[in-house]
Amino acid sequence: MALATAKDARTPGLLSARLALRWLIAGEWRAHPARFLATAIAIAVGVALGFAVHLVNGSALASFEGAVRGVNGAADLAVRATSPLGFTENLYPSVATTEGVADASPVVSLEGEANGARFSLLGLDVIRAASVTPSLVGLRPQGPDTENDAVFAETVFLSDAALAATGAKIGDRILVSANGQSHPFQLAGSLPGAGGEQALGVVDIAAAQWRFDRLGRLDRIDLKLTDRTAAEEALNTILPADAVLGSAETEAAQGSALSRAYRVNLDMLALVALLTGGFLVFSAQSLSVARRLRAFALVRTLGLPRGGIIAAVALEGLFIGLIGASLGLLLGYGLASAALRFFGGDLGAGYFSGAGNRVVFQPVAAFVFFLLGLLAALGGSILPARAAARAAPAAALKNSGDMLDPRAPVPWLPALVLVGAGALVSLAPALDGLPVLGFVGMALLLAGGVAGVPWLARKLLGGLVRLPGQSVPRLLAVRHIHGAPGEAATALCGIVASTALMIAMAIMVTSFRTAVDEWLGQVLSADLYLRTAGGPALDPDAQNRLANVAGVGRIAFSRQLPLTIQPDRPPVTLIARPLDASRSDPLLVLIERGDDLPAGAIPVYVSEPASRIYNWQPGDTIALPLGGSGNRFAVAGIWRDYARQAGAVVIDSADYSRLTGDATRDEAMVRLAPDARFEAVADGLRAVLPPTARQSAEVTEPAALRRFALDLFDRSFAVTYLLEAVAILVGLAGVAATVSAQVIARVREFGMLRHLGLSKTQVIAMLGTEGALLGLVGGVAGVLLGAVLSQVLIHVINPQSFNWTMDTHVPWGTVVGVIMALIAAAALTAMIAGRRATAQSAVLAVREDW
Amino acid sequence: MIGRFLVSFVSGLLSLAIPVAAQNTGTDYAAVRPATPFAFPADHGAHPRFRTEWWYVTGWLKTADNKEMGFQVTFFRTRPPVDEKNPSRFAPTQVLFAHAALSDPSVGRLLHAERAARAGFGLAEARTGDADVALGGWFFRRESDNRFSTRAVGADFALDLSFEPTQAPFLQGEEGFSRKGPKPEEASNYYSLPHLRVSGTATREGKALPVSGEAWLDREWSSSYLAPNAAGWDWTGLNLDDGSALMVFRIRGLDGGTVWAGGSLRRPDGTIRRFAPEDVFFTTHKEWRSPRTDALYPVEQTLAVRLPEGERRFRLVPLFPDQELDGRTGGLPVYWEGAVRTEGGRGYLELTGYVDPLKM
Repeated sequence: MALATAKDARTPGLLSARLALRWLIAGEWRAHPARFLATAIAIAVGVALGFAVHLVNGSALASFEGAVRGVNGAADLAVRATSPLGFTENLYPSVATTEGVADASPVVSLEGEANGARFSLLGLDVIRAASVTPSLVGLRPQGPDTENDAVFAETVFLSDAALAATGAKIGDRILVSANGQSHPFQLAGSLPGAGGEQALGVVDIAAAQWRFDRLGRLDRIDLKLTDRTAAEEALNTILPADAVLGSAETEAAQGSALSRAYRVNLDMLALVALLTGGFLVFSAQSLSVARRLRAFALVRTLGLPRGGIIAAVALEGLFIGLIGASLGLLLGYGLASAALRFFGGDLGAGYFSGAGNRVVFQPVAAFVFFLLGLLAALGGSILPARAAARAAPAAALKNSGDMLDPRAPVPWLPALVLVGAGALVSLAPALDGLPVLGFVGMALLLAGGVAGVPWLARKLLGGLVRLPGQSVPRLLAVRHIHGAPGEAATALCGIVASTALMIAMAIMVTSFRTAVDEWLGQVLSADLYLRTAGGPALDPDAQNRLANVAGVGRIAFSRQLPLTIQPDRPPVTLIARPLDASRSDPLLVLIERGDDLPAGAIPVYVSEPASRIYNWQPGDTIALPLGGSGNRFAVAGIWRDYARQAGAVVIDSADYSRLTGDATRDEAMVRLAPDARFEAVADGLRAVLPPTARQSAEVTEPAALRRFALDLFDRSFAVTYLLEAVAILVGLAGVAATVSAQVIARVREFGMLRHLGLSKTQVIAMLGTEGALLGLVGGVAGVLLGAVLSQVLIHVINPQSFNWTMDTHVPWGTVVGVIMALIAAAALTAMIAGRRATAQSAVLAVREDW
Repeated sequence: MIGRFLVSFVSGLLSLAIPVAAQNTGTDYAAVRPATPFAFPADHGAHPRFRTEWWYVTGWLKTADNKEMGFQVTFFRTRPPVDEKNPSRFAPTQVLFAHAALSDPSVGRLLHAERAARAGFGLAEARTGDADVALGGWFFRRESDNRFSTRAVGADFALDLSFEPTQAPFLQGEEGFSRKGPKPEEASNYYSLPHLRVSGTATREGKALPVSGEAWLDREWSSSYLAPNAAGWDWTGLNLDDGSALMVFRIRGLDGGTVWAGGSLRRPDGTIRRFAPEDVFFTTHKEWRSPRTDALYPVEQTLAVRLPEGERRFRLVPLFPDQELDGRTGGLPVYWEGAVRTEGGRGYLELTGYVDPLKM
């Protein structure tokens, strides 16, 4: 009791001032409902973008993990081959009898195709699988004739998705192709345990080995365990170089690792959109506070404590935040559903092919984004409120609102400190493979840049102010902004932030695209590319036939296959192709060359991402899970590669064949003989292909490949462009709102100018000039800041996320266009607002009191 | 007996994914012929050219504190009709199954466990030349001292037993040629080893209990099918206290009648009396309805056999009624296989085809 009384005595105002607070807020809402709504929408857009991006990523990952579980049949643990070449089946009995292993199910895993539909084709021992991975065991349809085990052909079971894709009916005979071979199977039933979305086919393991040329090889041994620790320990000692121990978790980690950086980057971009929304709230609330300074002063003199002002504005922010964040969550969920429908789970980036399209709601993420939206709105409100509360009530009462003092120095130290800190933080290395500090650095740079806008405005306009012989409206406009750069900064902070980010992204994407384009030009040096799908179809015979086709000048065969270096990392691409040491190879755009290779080691060339991921330096001796243990490989060079994010390793064709015994190839690069025509040679090549490969083989020109690659590139950045555009629009809306608010707040000033003899047109011209100047300052600030941020993106975020480097290329057209658009938008809104503000008579305007 | 039933069931399971030759012509099964003399120990071993074969031990155990339990340990071999041209080492040319069950009256139902695998890679093999079948840690084999031994481990019990023969092999049918139906090709090679002296351990709840007892080994191999109008069968093998051994079976038709019946009695002096279908009668005394499958089993029956000295009756009383083996979750059929006692003897009774008529 006593305590409560004491507390009441200390803060007499806040409780008893409830009425005043309500009046302050409600009055403002009634007077400017549209502005409140606009700020709420700014928050909503930020929250919606962040939440949508997060949901889409989460859904894609969930369905990817579902797919992984589907194919693995939820085995406890699995011994996996490091490459599609598999490992020897002799490993099976030793694994099956290892301590801690209850049962072992050997698996042949292939890329299958039937009736044009692709699916994972597993060869299983049904008896073992029934105990280890029961979801992979097929079910025969129930019916009167099902007990009839009379003779039938070799059978295949298809999951519902594969069944639908092939269009076949149970009982049909279908031609199944895999590993370059085809064989008819009777479609005997479905795989109800495999889940609806997984395209999966199951045949007997002996049939798979025999019919698809995999005798003696296994790709996987699924395990059921009694003692995991003992099993892992024992297995690790007996596994050969070409097999690793993996679980569903490690495979999910593989999939997640591949796209993690991309997902984090999108999340960050979405957060930046939210930050822009926060800046917008700040702009709007600053203005609204500035306009009500005298009202606040009055209630202060009437006894409202200083905290009351802050509480009032904070409450407004809270309302804005609540409305905006709730709206944002709804909007985000809708956006996510739409994005999944139209772009797919990876938002067009190609990370999750075949992944499902259902939004998985994430309550924790929803809560976090709601909270972030609320915080942005609260922060944007409390900062200006604190400034207002500090004003002495008596002085503020007399003051008309704006204080123009060109002599007052503009503070620049905070901006400098922030920018400096940002630059330093961005130089830090990646955390856990993610450029977290890079993004922190970007945020600091952004804050510093925005804080530096007043100083920039003063510097930019300093010259204009001293320029003689200007028209009156222009002089007035320049002097207004020069004198009150703080006010300009308030109007501009949202747009500076969003412009900076857009420019940064545009510079990064342009640099990236230019680099990819140039690289494609270097790499695609042949005249014709031939590629077989569904396994390496080109055996030495076929290679011979292809080489002898008329019109083929030079032909080089290659083999590409995924090679798992670490079980929880996506496999690198192993490329076996003839390497000619004497001639520079166009595919290998070398960044670094290794000299003094260790004697006896097999030379390989690693791509830039592979070198960064596995820390392989030129001259290093490295281990590759290829062709049994005991082989040493040496890094002969690092080559540029923008195509394989998980890394690639090039090995000489002869070395590859010697190590693996695999003489088949799946790609050919052809230089045409003089006078040979592309079409004729393409037809000739197709004609001599093995019949199984003829249909699936692709023969392409470099131009088509280049177009395809750039298309893929553009598609993967489509969502990035979208996010940028939204950020810019939000920023522009912010400029329009603040400029018009500032203009309307200056009605008395215009009345005075009219009295002094300025015509209405001159006033509007003055406002237009002011707007244009604001746009110019905002644009220049945004572009300068964006250029700095782009360097962080190019030299910190990109290498740390995607492991590739590039040179900077500036999209000058976009830069100029953005600045022009800003100038035009700001000038136009200022003029439109000015027309409204000068509509009433000058006398009334001067008389107008609040 | 159950082997036939199981193997046909299991070949249904196999056909789920095991490639079977497009025409049966690819698989050349050996046929059972009359008057083929047995040779031991070679005939204890596998006969891989026949379609199906089993090593089937049933018996009674007694613990140190005189508690009685029934047990069965069974190994099956089947040769699916696969394309023999397949060079893959995974080609399922031979597939092995095993199951084991323990009838403990204090549990009141069967504890059972199963194993299955295609033969190969040393993980599952049925050797020729002598009894030596191994499957995922389980085995049944003949040791150098002429005793048979087996090991079977389940989730809630384990059996480590050895069986010492006390009598010569008991050839069923006509010198081992045992007819199973009206047609001459419906037959199997069949011999039994009754009155096996059991020693070893039965593990329950982590405790290995020393046990002793008496068992019966059935060995049968064949390539032919059961008569198409058969619904199931009743089989019993009894070790009688005077040293004689009795085996009787009846194949029931879809109409409830008897399609075929037979059996034999070997007296202590080694003379054998064979039964024609009309020499065997079963009368039901008590039925038990399974709460799991709703099947009604004639768990207590009187078996009457016609002997030269007149009809002899054996009332078969089960150790406890619920000895139904519901192996459906493990892909096995449902049937009743239980320890039974009779005046002056003990043995096992097998009742199949009471849930659904068997289709083969």
